[in-house]
Amino acid sequence: MSAHMLLAESGCHINADCAFPAPGLHSFNFEPIFSVGGFDFTKPMLLTVICMLAVIGFFAAAFRKPKLVPGKLQLVGEIGYNFVARSIALEVIGKKGSKYVPFLTSIFFFVWIMNVMSIIPVAQFPATSRFAYPVVLAALVYITYMFLTFKTHGFKGGVKNLVWLDGLPKPLIPLIVLLEFFSNVILRPFTLAVRLWANMFAGHMLIVMFSVATWYLLTPSIMSAVAGGSFLLALAMTTLEVLIQFLQAYIFTLLASIYIQGALEEGH
Amino acid sequence: MMAFLAAEGAENPLIPATPELIVGLICFFIVFGVLGKKLLPNIQKTLEERHDAIEGGLERAAEAQAEATQILEQYRAQLAEARHEAARLRQEATEQGATIIQEMRAEGQRQREEIIAAGHAQIEADRKAVVTALRQDVGKLATELAGKLVGESLEDHARQSRTVDRFLDGLEETAAKAEARP
Repeated sequence: MSAHMLLAESGCHINADCAFPAPGLHSFNFEPIFSVGGFDFTKPMLLTVICMLAVIGFFAAAFRKPKLVPGKLQLVGEIGYNFVARSIALEVIGKKGSKYVPFLTSIFFFVWIMNVMSIIPVAQFPATSRFAYPVVLAALVYITYMFLTFKTHGFKGGVKNLVWLDGLPKPLIPLIVLLEFFSNVILRPFTLAVRLWANMFAGHMLIVMFSVATWYLLTPSIMSAVAGGSFLLALAMTTLEVLIQFLQAYIFTLLASIYIQGALEEGH
Repeated sequence: MMAFLAAEGAENPLIPATPELIVGLICFFIVFGVLGKKLLPNIQKTLEERHDAIEGGLERAAEAQAEATQILEQYRAQLAEARHEAARLRQEATEQGATIIQEMRAEGQRQREEIIAAGHAQIEADRKAVVTALRQDVGKLATELAGKLVGESLEDHARQSRTVDRFLDGLEETAAKAEARP
């Protein structure tokens, strides 16, 4: 377990001759819960599996036997489904978008619930703040993007779709082609993954920071007032995180659909 | 970039751990598989069915409305036609009536004239008969009176000489002349 998890038991306070156990990269590294052979099963993995079960469980409960007149759970599921299907897929991609709704819905809810784990008691860790999970999802989006680009336009058209802009003055062509190539082919998957990861990483860091500080400063002295301020900030950060968790899942899904739309569109 | 990442070593949070990549991939594929193959097509079908049910209901209502309108139009057309027909019949009847009255009037006129003509002929015939009878009676009376005055029967003589007739003809002629000269 990470350092701050043990803080409560350690009784490390500002007056106890104990240095501030600042959160850092070590807050994101966990000892394996168990190891099978060389494979270490860690807490983020457990959370990922739980998230998988939660998403499947929710949608199975909501949509297993869908009715024309929906029950409460089905209605909630439909709202979620329609949010992705209409506000993201159809809005961005258009009519052709209905084919990608399952992919986008899976991404949105999987990412969102992994983000939400940040503020669920006991879990209190967003799996997406481990870089591997955003990388997996961004890689899948990238593969879909590339596959659709070349499938729709053929090899030559696909390359043109990725790097070419019509109506450029001749001297600018090499520069723009280079920039477009860099932006579309190299940076897109990287920024997609990093954006999600960095937001969740920073959010978790802030919550841990203020929580640890609250505990560290909580002594029978004037420092308790500061501890109170720190506690309020931890609460505020938690509230902010609720918004950011949703927002990042939304942005990730939105960008995925924008890439798919770019791959499907005719010409640039 | 890769060199930079590698240089940071195990502490670098931007190097994804392979086991986590595998777990993440498997978990996402399970989510995608279950949602994409079974649950989302399920709900999509239900949403479409609901859409159909609502749209279908509206469509049926619109159809019924259209049918009602059509039948109303039909009734109105029939009513107008019937009115037209009635007017036409009335017109025809009026015309026929007028014709019949005309014919009857003509017929009446004809019959009246016939009757009048017949009357005139009858009167004329009667008059002639009367004139003839009178003439004979007058002749006879005159002859008898003359015979009484003369003292002998002049009947045979008068019949043979037609004296009375000539006298009466002369009298008639005078009367006709007097009439012609008013």
